[in-house]
Amino acid sequence: MNIDYSKHVPLVEGTTNLREIDDVIAAPMENPNNPRFLLALFVSLSLMIGCGGTALYNLLGFGTGTWGNQNPVMWGWPIVNFVFWVGIGHAGTLISAILFLMRQTWRNSIARFAEAMTIFAVITALTFPLLHTGRPWLAHYLLPYPNERALWVNFRSPLLWDVFAVSTYFCVSFFFWYVGLIPDFATMRDRTTHKVKKFIYSVLSLGWRFSNRHWQHYERAYLILAGLCTPLVLSVHSIVSFDFAVSLIPGWHTTIFPPYFVAGAIFSGFAMVLTVLIIVRKVFYMEHMITVNHLERMAKVLMATGLMVGYAYSMEFFIAWYSGVEAESFIFINRAFGPYAWAYWTMITCNVIFPQVFWFKKLRRNIPVIFIISITTNIGMWFERFVITVTSLHRDYLPSSWGYFTPTVYDGLLYLGSFGLFFTGVILFARFAPVIAMAELKAVVEGAQPSHHGGDHE
Amino acid sequence: MSRRLYSIAAIFKKPDEIMNAAEKVSSAGYTKFDVNTPYPLHGMDHAMKLKPTNIPYVTLIMGLVGFTFAVFLQWWTNGSAMQIGAHDLMLPRWLERYPFVIGGKPLFSLPAFIPVIFELTVLSAALSTIAAMLGGFCGLPHNSHPLHDTDYIKACSCDQYGIYIESNDPNFDEAKVEALFKELGAFEVVSIYRPFEQRPGFISHALFFGFLIATAVGVSGKAYFVYNNLLYARLVIPGYGVIKLDDYIPYNWLVNQPRLDAQEKSTFFKDGRSMQTPVVNTIARGYMPYKYAGNADAANNDKVNPLSLTKENIELGEKMYKITCSMCHGDFAKGEGRLHGLFPTPPSLHSSKLKKWSDARIYHVIVEGQNVMPSYAKQLDENERWAIIHYIRALQRAMDAKESDLK
Repeated sequence: MNIDYSKHVPLVEGTTNLREIDDVIAAPMENPNNPRFLLALFVSLSLMIGCGGTALYNLLGFGTGTWGNQNPVMWGWPIVNFVFWVGIGHAGTLISAILFLMRQTWRNSIARFAEAMTIFAVITALTFPLLHTGRPWLAHYLLPYPNERALWVNFRSPLLWDVFAVSTYFCVSFFFWYVGLIPDFATMRDRTTHKVKKFIYSVLSLGWRFSNRHWQHYERAYLILAGLCTPLVLSVHSIVSFDFAVSLIPGWHTTIFPPYFVAGAIFSGFAMVLTVLIIVRKVFYMEHMITVNHLERMAKVLMATGLMVGYAYSMEFFIAWYSGVEAESFIFINRAFGPYAWAYWTMITCNVIFPQVFWFKKLRRNIPVIFIISITTNIGMWFERFVITVTSLHRDYLPSSWGYFTPTVYDGLLYLGSFGLFFTGVILFARFAPVIAMAELKAVVEGAQPSHHGGDHE
Repeated sequence: MSRRLYSIAAIFKKPDEIMNAAEKVSSAGYTKFDVNTPYPLHGMDHAMKLKPTNIPYVTLIMGLVGFTFAVFLQWWTNGSAMQIGAHDLMLPRWLERYPFVIGGKPLFSLPAFIPVIFELTVLSAALSTIAAMLGGFCGLPHNSHPLHDTDYIKACSCDQYGIYIESNDPNFDEAKVEALFKELGAFEVVSIYRPFEQRPGFISHALFFGFLIATAVGVSGKAYFVYNNLLYARLVIPGYGVIKLDDYIPYNWLVNQPRLDAQEKSTFFKDGRSMQTPVVNTIARGYMPYKYAGNADAANNDKVNPLSLTKENIELGEKMYKITCSMCHGDFAKGEGRLHGLFPTPPSLHSSKLKKWSDARIYHVIVEGQNVMPSYAKQLDENERWAIIHYIRALQRAMDAKESDLK
């Protein structure tokens, strides 16, 4: 293949007019009568309220016994879904923070959206452990606050680390996202003529006035936040993996878990970002801002992380044999050839085999192919969490307590409801806030930076 | 009343032009000027001769504060063998320490504390960086600034580049500034005036925060009372009964379970009771049936006390004797109990008859009772009964001590 790497790939196609960028990005916020938006909102709201609401009503009325969780598999779908959604959130922080530190300016047009997905994915994820406690109205017991019972939490428990990691991650991601939104809210404030909208945007933009004396602090703070988010995002999924790895269950008690979980999180997160972005760029006519070049780069990341995950799968097997631990060897043979072999091979096919199509540039730039692979990756990564959680628990050290996990209809309804919650958030965000960071995108348009100071900045 | 001039501003169309303008303005000795650009321009800080920002110090200090707090929190609550508690330091009870051992690890198990230390460090550093940047360094929120609602800021928030010099700059001169901007090739030069009055701006600081706090307090307070009223509301409907929220999901908080409570009516069992008697010949743990029931002579022939004669057992016996026996038999077992006179006085336990009895014979009396003394089988478990007998023997020996006992 003859690829000219010296050629500059444009980040925004067609136009370099800054006003047009604003117009396109602000369009969904200024044209309320978009039937496609209403249809999408209707679907996601019905999922959330219909399926999720039914499952929730049942859960709060009758307890966690309505789920399929049963001895010996006490961590069924709720924990599978929790890890699944937290993982999806990680792509947002990776794109917005790590790629920012690496000066990958192509991230500017997708960062905002990926960050929003982080926020809603983490909210969705948090509902699962809360509901899994059985009595979510007592969830404040998880926090170390001075109380009349004179009790404190156990700081040596990985489950408590999780409480801290996920809530810290949510707070920092949320404010990082909001800081990025401030200049765009200010732009919207100056565009709108509607009095109520102007009031709302004025409050949200905090009176930002694009002063360079402010930009100076703003840019430094943004850089610091990106620097703080980078170890944070790595720590979050490492700590999620500790929930498993710190226990003594065969198949969980391995040192490869933290990097393996982080790679898997980025893998699944990129897949979800791709799935949603491909739809959004079409619905809101943003093809020239979220270009095929962006999608191609994300496809490359998808394949790279897919290979890392594949490496982890094979390394788990190798260590299980190499360690000579009987229970460990058994659990891996059981994974691949036991009663859950169907789940295991779905995972391998979707996560390791399918993404290999991205070795070919033609397929990497083919949007339907990217879309399909992104969906199979989502499926595969859900099955990965299912395989890890369920296969290790259903047959552990004591053969007399082996069992087979079967979910109930309420597991399924709650899972569908979680998609409703996530997409309702994403759709409302796309309607009421700029889905692309205007200020960041304008800064990387051709000719947007002064010529004699630009240096090697694109 | 004339409008007070805030600044003279110029708009440029190209990033190169605004860089040049910023450089010239700062070189001309102006200090109270600013540049407004829709996105940060590389090199503008240098052109404006701005000092580097101090934000990193905030991050560092607040990160260290978060770190220290996390270490202290975990050490105080979980991780210290220190014998001082909240009470000793005059702290309220809800700050009491709660140290406990998990998995045989030391109380201050640092590796297990690192995740929380890390998270709180990042949380504190990140949130204070944002708060310091917005509130401290940029002075936001500030919605009543004279620039707001001008065509100038509307251009700068979209696709143009503006620069303005404030009228309170020591070198400010209206004509000179306008000439300077024209010379630099400004696309447009405009004058920006302060608002007529000290217009508070309908979302100025105080008003804005007041509005937020009032809304938060109002909404949450009202919601709290409405919710509470609903939770404890009782709607009586004649001929039907009482309707109350806590009968319904989720407000019954999982209290109504399919299981049967004690004394509840059951339709499942024939006798209509939820509590069933155990199957015949069932023996509860620790309640072995007494083998010499009704046979005192057999008990007297059994010479064994199965409980070993140790200091702990005698102490247990003393404790249980004082709780269970002493009110009638007296602290020294002479029948001088605190209930003396209310009941027939029990005989002294120092009689030669009792000294001759085997331990199992005394045990027999404890289990079955004798004369007016009822059975104490319900109050004392087997170990406690044997321990009491050890203690009685010790009392007997002490009351009738021989020379050799003093050695």
